[in-house]
Parts: sequence; structure tokens; C-alpha cells
Amino acid sequence: MSLYAAMPLWVVLSSLLASVIIFALGDEWRRTRTFTNIAAAVIKLILVGIMLAGVARGDDFGMRVTLAPGLEFVLHADALTMLLITLSAILWLVTTIYAIGYLEDSPNRARFFGFFSLCVAATMGVASAGNLFTFFIFYELLTLSTWPLVVHRGTPRALRAGKKYLAYTLSGGTMLLIGIIGLHVVAGPVDFVHGGFVTEHTASRPVLTLLFLLMLAGTGVKAALFPLHAWLPTAMVAPAPVSALLHAVAVVKVGIFGVARLVYDVYGLELTALLGMDHVLAGVAAFTIIYGSVQALFAGNIKQRLAWSTVSQVSYIGLGIAIAGPLATIGGLVHLVHQGLMKITLFFCAGNLSKTHEIKEIAQMDGVGWRMPWTMGAFTFAALSMIGVPPMAGFISKWYLGLGGAASGDYWVIGVLVASTLLNAAYFLPMLRRAWFVEPVAGATERREAPLSLLVPTLITGLLAVGSGFLAGMPLSPLQWVILISERI
Amino acid sequence: MTDPPPLVMAGHTALLLGPLICGLLVYLLPWPRFRDAAPIVLSAGLLVVLWYLSGEMLGTGPVTLALGGHFAPLGIELHVDALALAMLWLTGLVGLAVNVHITASVNLTERFGPEGFRILWLVLWSALNALFVAADLFNIYVLLELSAITAIALVAVSRGPEAVAAATRYLFFALAGSLFFLLGVALVYAKTGLLALRGLESLQWHGPASVFALGLMTLGLAMKAALFPVHAWLPRAHAIAPSAASALLSALVAKAGVYLVIRLWSGPFDGHWPEFLGQSMAVLGAAGIAYGSIQAIRQSRLKLVIAYSTVAQLGYLLLVLPLASVLAWHGVIYHALSHGLAKAALFLAAGNVIFMVGNDRLESLSRGDHRLAGNAMVMALAGVSLAGLPPSGGFIGKWWLINAALESGQWWWALVVGGGGLLTAAYVFRVLRYAMAEPHPDDGRPDLPVKRLPRRMFWPPMLLALGAIALGFAGQWLVPILALGRPGNIAG
Repeated sequence: MSLYAAMPLWVVLSSLLASVIIFALGDEWRRTRTFTNIAAAVIKLILVGIMLAGVARGDDFGMRVTLAPGLEFVLHADALTMLLITLSAILWLVTTIYAIGYLEDSPNRARFFGFFSLCVAATMGVASAGNLFTFFIFYELLTLSTWPLVVHRGTPRALRAGKKYLAYTLSGGTMLLIGIIGLHVVAGPVDFVHGGFVTEHTASRPVLTLLFLLMLAGTGVKAALFPLHAWLPTAMVAPAPVSALLHAVAVVKVGIFGVARLVYDVYGLELTALLGMDHVLAGVAAFTIIYGSVQALFAGNIKQRLAWSTVSQVSYIGLGIAIAGPLATIGGLVHLVHQGLMKITLFFCAGNLSKTHEIKEIAQMDGVGWRMPWTMGAFTFAALSMIGVPPMAGFISKWYLGLGGAASGDYWVIGVLVASTLLNAAYFLPMLRRAWFVEPVAGATERREAPLSLLVPTLITGLLAVGSGFLAGMPLSPLQWVILISERI
Repeated sequence: MTDPPPLVMAGHTALLLGPLICGLLVYLLPWPRFRDAAPIVLSAGLLVVLWYLSGEMLGTGPVTLALGGHFAPLGIELHVDALALAMLWLTGLVGLAVNVHITASVNLTERFGPEGFRILWLVLWSALNALFVAADLFNIYVLLELSAITAIALVAVSRGPEAVAAATRYLFFALAGSLFFLLGVALVYAKTGLLALRGLESLQWHGPASVFALGLMTLGLAMKAALFPVHAWLPRAHAIAPSAASALLSALVAKAGVYLVIRLWSGPFDGHWPEFLGQSMAVLGAAGIAYGSIQAIRQSRLKLVIAYSTVAQLGYLLLVLPLASVLAWHGVIYHALSHGLAKAALFLAAGNVIFMVGNDRLESLSRGDHRLAGNAMVMALAGVSLAGLPPSGGFIGKWWLINAALESGQWWWALVVGGGGLLTAAYVFRVLRYAMAEPHPDDGRPDLPVKRLPRRMFWPPMLLALGAIALGFAGQWLVPILALGRPGNIAG
């Protein structure tokens, strides 16, 4: 095991160590903490860059340590891993800068940034976990490290949201644990394999189905699949950078990433279809897409509407996983990246609104576009992309999903996509209308942009979101990367 | 029986008599520095001894020793296997942490000075070490009495009517427990004429009398270990005792009772009890998990939460009776170790909270003082292991227990372990929620300052909690030791 091959470990450790240092420093050492934060994020980005180059060259990254007989801690980087860790590494750097600006002068920053780094370490671990045991360790570590971020403000409302968050995620974790151990009993401890290691003959069908459902429920909680989604809209009481991270890369992405692993690398697409589980997943995902969008229509709070939108959008990925065929896979996986970029931009904008002008409700958004043109410009582009206006990122995802549905004969997918697009437009366009075309209330006309530490990250992610759509044909775009992955699956 | 190397014999003698002699010295020579330093030096020395003995045992397997070279039935035998070794290690580690912690924390009245606390605890330590290696029923009885009396005294040293009431209650339970245990021992002796566990193991004497004797002894031990439903004394006693004593009582003394239950059921009485009795014991364990956890969720004082948690956590240990597999055996030892470390850490941390803010009401944790933050981290780390969340020793233990349950087809125990973990998380995070909440109205009041915590009170619980986490990474290294001397009913 050379140092180079153990790269996934360094990627995880770079944020884990940052977290330990930040906790040890305490609240006083502000400059050192900021330096540690940024340095760790930059180092991670460099490491991920080296890994990307390596994986593209065909190098194999991995390491394994036996923690106990039969329980191996395995990290391994495949193409799917790289998708999630590249996205998280980039967005982490941006979000760190945003969070430093956002939480200026608020108490308990050491605690916040310590858990923030830990949360990223957990995400990296989930992405590079090479077997279910390792996956579970990081999956639960993510729950543990995000809870303090959700309740960070310490208000009764935040504490209640945290309670709900834990009740959902830990129950899901327990189901996942029992499912994973059950699979250990019938199939033995096996690493993830493309095409899955469980076969029809591993155990009887009801047992395989039960274990699949347990693991799907366990990962589905974090992915906010209906009916396990209720924690997500509540958890938006967290500070804006946390919501941004939770919705874009950390929690929901890790959940849906787990579903992808379960379908692609544990059961395999064929066995999933044989057990009829693809229909279950597709049905749940399709319902969640519509349900989340309808709920978003009725939300009056900006962040709440965005949260419901996440519930809906993440299920696109689930839908893409469930439908057989490479086109749907591409549509689903590319949405993992696209949704992350768009949603983080939207949450940054929501944070800017609330931090600069105390605007939290949609009703307060009248005329705000002219007061904060840059922020609302980014918001507008991200929202249009979410709706799926061509040739933006959201459109690319929907296009491939629709093609995939048609290719496998599931024409209803197109119906779901059309309905969801209409609903997306129905909840995003009124926000844009208020922001640009409604006269502001008297007295609220002062033109003031968010400070640079908030604005720059917003614009960067906004540009990435727009670019990944307009430049989808370029060799290093998310789409091309995902096409590469789908060839390997 | 060959004679063990003299160093092994000397090592065991040091484990049994070291704390006792140290206690006497500390009591008779009350120089403050010596009083503080001697137990710390002793515990460090005993850890070295344990290290040596573990290494020896890896080579030779479980050790049976006879005091003065006289084996049973005439002499007194000691038997050290993996389970005993695990408990000795736990006692050694918790003992070291407590010995460092009490140099700053035990501040008793003049009538009951710190040497008094130390001699009680050191005698208790000797009794526990001896109890873990004792190999005959009569010695076990004597040592149970000795440990109970010193433990009760450690509760009573808190003084005040509440402490006296709690200690009295503990005393009644302990006495009744002794009585039942002694009745069981008498029955065994009357039927077989034997007391040594090794002799009983090789004797064929099945029948209702043996099950009845086992039942009596189990009831007696359950009362001392506060297993559900004879747990009523534990929460108040453990909550009122000085925190350093609570750590010892919860992490070690209560566990010693369950240790003996497992030892009897899987050793000399293996095969005497019908399958459904094993299941019923585990059902009582599960009921204890549910009851203890729900009570813990309802408490408003930190130490009561932790004390009820002990009632719950002891229940897991009984799952080894119906599961009876290698994985279950490893899982239970792992659970016992990580619970011991985490529980001691929690009680010491609770002691620190009392030291800093003057009481252990949960709302007090919301004081926005950063000095409380480190201590909250200790509780978080220990709580993670307690709830069996990764990465921690508790997680590995839970994994193995669920694995054992599913492997043997007894999936309902997997649900109990999983559900128990969720209930544990519920009370652990309820405590942490107070620590995360908005500042308390008392914040910044000059008449209610938050006292600065000395380092030697912060680090012992911190290291114990980190130890519970570290156990999660030590499985590969510990399993060869855990495999030594598995009881016969557990297939290799």
C-alpha cells in the first residue's frame, strides 16, 4: 500500500485533521482557525485533482485495514467516487469561505467549523468507502457531525428540528445497519463490485427483497425519499451555509449516493429488476418528485421552498438510477452534480438576502432584484436552470432522463418530467417576478449588495451551474464525466 | 496442573493485594502528596502487570492458579480467562482515571477525609480484582459481600439524608441478594459437596435442584447488579454518590454481578438450564433496556440520566445466554468494555459539571461558557460509544451482537439491539441538546460564576471516552485475546 495509492485516506484525513485542530484551538484563535479551514480545503482540492488525473489514467486508488476479524475498513476510488468527491471538494472550499463570512461575530464558531470539517470528512468517506461496513461508518458519522450544525443556533426551533433530524436519520441508520449485517450473514463481507456481488442464489427471494428494502429505507431517509423526507424542510432552520451544504453535497447527496451504490454495486441492476425493486424505487422517486414540487408551491419561506424543491430534485437522481439503460443513468448521475451546483447557489442567495436585508419570506422579496442585482442575478440563473430552461444544467439532466425513459419504454417518465417542470416554473417564477417586476415596499429601496465574502462564493457556484449546462459538450464537463462512468457501469 | 512461572503468580498477587496494601498505607500515612500519588503509581504499575499477564496468556491460554500451591478442593483457586482479563483491564483503566480525578475532585468533610474515600475505593478494587478471578462459590460470596459493603459506604460518604436513604436501600438489596446467593451456594454444596467451579463443571448432576440453585444465585446476583426488575436501588444510589464513586459503581461494581451471572450460566451450570430460561433471561434484559432507557429520557438531572442508562446497558450483556455464539461472546465482552469506559467517562464528566456550575440539572449545561464545551465533548464521545454509533467500541459490540442474532436466526434480538441503540441515542442527544441550547438566563451573573476546571479533572474522562472510541479500531488486535477460554457451550 503506497502513499499514492492510499490517496482516498488522505482526502478523508485532510478534513478530519482540520476538524481536530479546530476543536483543539477553541473559540479564541480566529486567524489560525480560518487559515486551517482554507488550507485544508485547498489541500483537499489539490489531492482530489491528483486523484482525478490518476483515475483518468487508470490508476487504482485504495487501501484496506482489518478492524476486526471479518470487518474490513476499505477505501477505494472508482469513477462514481470521484463524481461525489470532486463536487464536494470544490463546493467545500466555496462554502467554507461563505461560512466564514456568514458567521462573522457569532458565538461558538470553533464548534461550528469543527463539525463542518468533520461533516466533509464523512462525505469523502462515504464517497470512497469500498464496502458496506465502511460505508455505514461514514454514513453515521455524517449524521453525528451534521446534527450540531443543524442545531447550531440553539433556539428552541433549531433544537426541535435537530430532534426530528436525528429521529429520522438514526432510525434510518438502524434499518441500514440491520440490512447490511443481514447481507453479511447471507453473502459474507464483500467489497462493492460493478454489477453487484449479490446473486439470485445468495438467499431466498423474500430475504433478498427484505434486505434491499431495509437498505433502501436506510439510505432513502437521507435522500429524503417520500415518506422519509419530513426532516429536510424542518432542518432548513440551520444557518444558510449549513443548508447549502446539506442540500447540495452532504446529506441528501450521500443518501442518494447510497441508493446508487446499493443498486449498481451491491445488488446490480439485473437482480434489482428481477426482484421488482426497480419499480419500487422508480415509483417512490416519481411520487417524491411531484409531491416535493407541490409542497414547494405552498411554502412561504424562501429556504423552506428551496428545501421542498430539494426533496423533489434529489428524486430525479433516484429515478435515473431506477430506470434501466445508460441514458437514464447519465441523466440521474449528472443531476447529482447539477442539482448540487444549482441548489448551493440558491441557498447562498437566500443566505445573502437574510444576512443583508433580513429577507426571509417570499412576500418580502418585492423589488429585491434591483437592490441586490448580483445576488439575484445568480438566483435567477440558478432558478431558470432548475426549471430546466435549455440549454442550462437542469435541462441537460431532464433531457437525458426523458430519453432514458423513452429508450426503456417507460413513457410515463416524460409525463413526470413535464409535470415537475411546470410545477418548478410555478414556484420559481413568482419569486423572480417579485424580485424584478414588483415595486418594493416604501422605505425598502436601499441598494446594498452582500459583502464580498458572501457574494464571491455565490457567483462562483452560479457560474459553475450555468457553465456545466452551456459547456456540457466540453471534455471535462460533469456530463462527459458521467458518460464515462456510465460506460463503466 | 503445572506450576505457573513465578512472575505470573507474583503478578496476580499484586493485582489482588496491591490495592489493599496501598489503601492501608494511604490511610495510615496521611501525607497529602503521598495520598494523591500512591494510588496513581499503583494503578500505573498494575496496568504494566496486566500487560505482562496478557502477553503470557496469549502464549499459554487461560491460567488456573492456586494460592500457596494448594489446588481445589482444599486450596483456593484462581482462574483467569479472557472475560476475567477484560474485566481486570477495565478495572485498571477506570481505576487509573479515577485515581487522577479524585486528586482534585474529592472534597469531603473533615469527619470523612479524602483518605477515608481512598481506603474504601482501594479495598473495593482489591475485592473486584479477586472477584473476577475467583474460582469457587464460597470465595465469590465473601468477595461479593466485601465489594458490596465498600460500595455502599462509597454511596454513604456523600452524607445528608438523601445519601443515607439511598445507601440504606442499596444495603437492603445487597443483603437480600447475598442471602439468596448464599442459599444457592448452600444448595449446591449440599447436593454435590463441591464449591470449586472447575469441579462442578466436570460433575454430572443435572436436575431440578441445580436449576433451583442457579435461580437463587442468579436472583442474588441480579439484586446486586441491579438487573431489571430488581434494579430499584441503583439510580438513586449512583446519582447521589460522589461522581468518582458513581463512575466506579456503574462501570465496575454493577457489571461484576452480571459478569458472575454469565460466568455461572456458561460455566458450571452450562447445559443445566433449558433453552427457554436463557431466552427469558434475555427478555428480562430487553425489558431492562427499554425501562432503563425510557426512565433515562425522563430525568432532569444529569447523574440520574447516566444512572438509569446503566440499568439499560446491563441488559445487553444477558443476550449472550440465548445467542451463545462466538460473535455474541465477543460482542458482549466488547459491549462490557466500551460501556465501562464510556460510563465512567460520563460520570466523571457529570462530576466536572457539578464542580463547575454547582449542580447537575440539565439546564445548567446550557450555560454558554466555553469551559463547559470541552466537557460536553467528553459526553458526546462517550455517548456515541454508548449508543453504538460508529466509530466506537460500542459500535463493534453492537455489530457483533446483531450479527450473532441474525446468524442464529433469532432476528428478534437484532431488533432489540437496534432499538436499544435508538433509545440510547434518544437520551444521549437529549443531554447534548441542552449543551447546544441558547445560553441560560444565569449566564454572566457574577454571583453564579462557572469555575475553572483543573486539567487533571478534564483529561481522565476525556481519555476514557477516547478509549471507548479507540476500542472500535482495536478489534483485530483484541480478538485473539478474547478467544482465550471461551466457555464450552460456545462453539469455536
